[in-house]
Amino acid sequence: MGMTIAEKIIAAAAGVDSVKPGDIHTVQLDRLMSNDGTTHLTVDMYKNKLNHPHIADTKKLVFIVDHNVPSDCPKTAASQKKMRDFAKENNIDFWEGKGVCHQVMIENYVRPGELIFGADSHTCSYGALGAFGTGVGCTDFLYGMVTGTSWVLVPESVKFNLIGKLPEGVTARDLILTIIGEVGANGCNYQVMEFTGEGAKTLSISDRMTLCNMAVEAGAKTGIFEADEKAMEYLKEHGREPKAVFHSDPDAKYVREYTFDLSKVRPVVAKPDFVDNVVPAEEACGIEINEAFLGSCNNGRIEDLRVGAEIIKGKKVSDKVRFLVVPASQTIYRQALKEGLIDIFMEAGAIVMNPNCSVCWGSCQGVIGENEVLISTGTRNFKGRAGHPSSKVYLGSAATVTASAIAGKIALPSEI
Amino acid sequence: MEKFTGKVWVLGDDIDTDIIIPTEYLALKTIDDMKQYGFSPLRPELAGQIQKGDIIVAGKNFGCGSSREQAPEIIKALGVQCVIAKSFARIFFRNSINNGLLLIEQPDLHDDIKEGDTVNVVMNEHVDYDGKQYPIASLPENLMSIIQAGGLVKAMRKLNGLD
Amino acid sequence: MGETVIEKIIRNNVGHAVKPGDIVTVNVDRVMIHDIFIPFVADKFEEMGFKKLWDPDKVVLIYDHLVPASQLDDTRHFHTGDAFAEKYGMKNVHRSDGICHQLMTEAGYVKPGNIVFGTDSHTTTYGCVGAFSSGIGYTEMASILGTGTMWIKVPETIKVVIEGELPENVMSKDVILRLIGDLGADGATYRALEFTGSAVKNMSVASRMTMSNMAIEAGAKCALFTPDEKTAEYCEIELNDFQKSLVGDEDAKYIKTVTYRAEDLVPVMACPSQVDKIRDVSTLEGTEIDQVFIGSCTNGRLEDLAAAAEVLKGKKVADYVKLIVTPASRKIYRQAIELGILDTLAEAGAMITHPGCGLCCGRAGGILTDGESVVATNNRNFLGRMGTSKVEIYLASPKTAAACAIAGKIVSPK
Repeated sequence: MGMTIAEKIIAAAAGVDSVKPGDIHTVQLDRLMSNDGTTHLTVDMYKNKLNHPHIADTKKLVFIVDHNVPSDCPKTAASQKKMRDFAKENNIDFWEGKGVCHQVMIENYVRPGELIFGADSHTCSYGALGAFGTGVGCTDFLYGMVTGTSWVLVPESVKFNLIGKLPEGVTARDLILTIIGEVGANGCNYQVMEFTGEGAKTLSISDRMTLCNMAVEAGAKTGIFEADEKAMEYLKEHGREPKAVFHSDPDAKYVREYTFDLSKVRPVVAKPDFVDNVVPAEEACGIEINEAFLGSCNNGRIEDLRVGAEIIKGKKVSDKVRFLVVPASQTIYRQALKEGLIDIFMEAGAIVMNPNCSVCWGSCQGVIGENEVLISTGTRNFKGRAGHPSSKVYLGSAATVTASAIAGKIALPSEI
Repeated sequence: MEKFTGKVWVLGDDIDTDIIIPTEYLALKTIDDMKQYGFSPLRPELAGQIQKGDIIVAGKNFGCGSSREQAPEIIKALGVQCVIAKSFARIFFRNSINNGLLLIEQPDLHDDIKEGDTVNVVMNEHVDYDGKQYPIASLPENLMSIIQAGGLVKAMRKLNGLD
Repeated sequence: MGETVIEKIIRNNVGHAVKPGDIVTVNVDRVMIHDIFIPFVADKFEEMGFKKLWDPDKVVLIYDHLVPASQLDDTRHFHTGDAFAEKYGMKNVHRSDGICHQLMTEAGYVKPGNIVFGTDSHTTTYGCVGAFSSGIGYTEMASILGTGTMWIKVPETIKVVIEGELPENVMSKDVILRLIGDLGADGATYRALEFTGSAVKNMSVASRMTMSNMAIEAGAKCALFTPDEKTAEYCEIELNDFQKSLVGDEDAKYIKTVTYRAEDLVPVMACPSQVDKIRDVSTLEGTEIDQVFIGSCTNGRLEDLAAAAEVLKGKKVADYVKLIVTPASRKIYRQAIELGILDTLAEAGAMITHPGCGLCCGRAGGILTDGESVVATNNRNFLGRMGTSKVEIYLASPKTAAACAIAGKIVSPK
């Protein structure tokens, strides 16, 4: 019986020849990532609940401060201090202010074939490089940290057969929003979204991250691409080798299959307060906004900044809008400095922040107030996600967000 | 001649405006929302303990730091009747006058006073404590006129023919 | 009878000679209001019954303390400000261009000899170009908005003379910290400071700005530098006769004169939690730190970032230590990009945040917790200013701060 990429990764991690959906296996974890959202809770449990506190392999742990950085209040500072001190005491890789955790992980750690747990729901991003990354709570994280292992229920896989090529001005962000709009916010609950086909090959690693990152917004356990030449090239540039490169077998079993023609995808917007409330962007055009956000682990990469910079070059941010631009990592920030993109945004009147999660999860920087409207490249538009409970969040692509920042209302680049 | 008495809270030198009201709370909507955080970096419990009519006695340079007018407003909102200090910072002094918070400069009282004791103030003349009289100066005329008008807002309303 | 600089500025404004202690009403040349206080100013202005601003072009509104917004209510201040500006026809509004004091001088709102008030204590900064500027509360600001005038008491002047050449590792920050230490936190209360001497003449306007900015920490009402060719270039003007005359006369009366030999000055820090608790950096070496902050209206200018970058070039910030850099304005940020300074700082591991008040005002941007220490280039180390009351704040120059970031502890700059 054939297996999918995800099944093969789990089989390898479980040390067995084959697995099938529904099986429960104990697996060896290749890596565990935790950020400042919850690490302090994990550390508390580790120190107070365990009879014999022990870390299976400190080299497999990565701690990343990204959610509130630089910190915005003494309480945050105290949780981060706990995390920092623990990392120091236990010699754990520690990153602070260097970028959003998933971006830092992909730039520095993730290898094809790995099974990675992250104490953050968007850990599913790592499928962009053919790894199985999935989000867990801090209890699961603690178990993995102490034993180096965990249990997984082998998920079913859903095949997304991508054909054609995205038209000019349409981005991977529009594609994933379109997909989620079609399958629904729980359309792939506990399943793997496997992106494949000729269309998948046309997508850059950055595009693939955008797709896999939002798999969780369809309820999926992870999203995954086969590690192809583009993935290998990315790894080489970053000085890493794959753990293992898996391909789905021709007779692998999928619970469902979808086909998306990339050439038919158009700019879309997810309206409040659900990620699957997706409409053609034109339907949202004209809605007045107070803030626009270009950034996050979903859309804060150099490719996204290039899209925004090209649109805004020589133009000005509307007086009515606060336009926050937040590169997803320090590496991206420096690249954007080099390419002149940061200067373009600054000249246009944007607020450029240090790499962090900021507006995407409504903390620390760019919080939106009562009845305000935000258009964002972040991951979610849940009620109150970016600030006040009465505020509204629209999700759109880097192009739509930037055009909206200039227009003062939701707009497409063609309108400005 | 105006007289009043009050129970005393004693604070030290250089009580700055960040102590009186930390920046963290400056964007709360009203002074009433903010006042519970008065003096919180130094004495978190103090705002809850101050009763209407109490008096603060402090050392030198009271109110130094920022121009935040919430500082005197909060002290007033907590019910403090007046602040007696060795000296006051300039912006705080103006802000207090403009809001009708009475400030009295007195160089020696702070060295002698015990928290919880009561003092008697005879305006423009002296403060009485423990059987001793501590002389105080009277305010310049232009400041008295603002205080007599009931603060700068009222003075301006009068100017605009409103009251 | 000779006059000090402040006496000349006031005479020019009121049309007759003045002496310390005189109470006079001045015509205000420019005012600045920032985001934290605009709702209060707007309320008081309307409560006072004014229907229009005395001169909308003379009013500058700047959002900086709350940029970017960190709490749910913050953006309300922007909406109130925007509505006030629209209602009363104000055009000078800066929504995310940097710290108010930097913008007031950089964008040409303040000229030598002007009288300027702002709703912020560090309004003393504009003395760097020879303006009389001072911080006031929101009620007084509301009354100026309606009347264009304000009463002041003519201050006595303390003359500060600094002769000679500053050592390589000493910045103007070290000079002003030393002065505050010597005068005390209330040593200049209600007085004007007047800076002179060859070391002052050799300083850039940016360096002077650091000193006038911190004059308030000694309680000063204002801090004045004589406008010179550097001032003219900075302000992009030709000095007129009045502006050229803003030198303290030889027979002017000073309440006090303080003199320093520049060569004797050393890098210093203000130790927790008093601005006047000044110690030589050399006596503090080895103290462990958790964070370094380079920025603020005191020390977030191009020359400060350049000085830090020079120290940090090719080096790394110590493990587990955060370095936060906040340029003082959009213009400075862009200049620092062009000169490669931001890249050098980012490469060394700095987090570079958007121009604004950030950590200095304690609302966001690197707040600390119990038991942590920070070396910072800003102007205040008050208890609880950057987090809990158990945070230790050391104020220092950008050179010292950068050196500390590399070492992870307090060290003297080379």
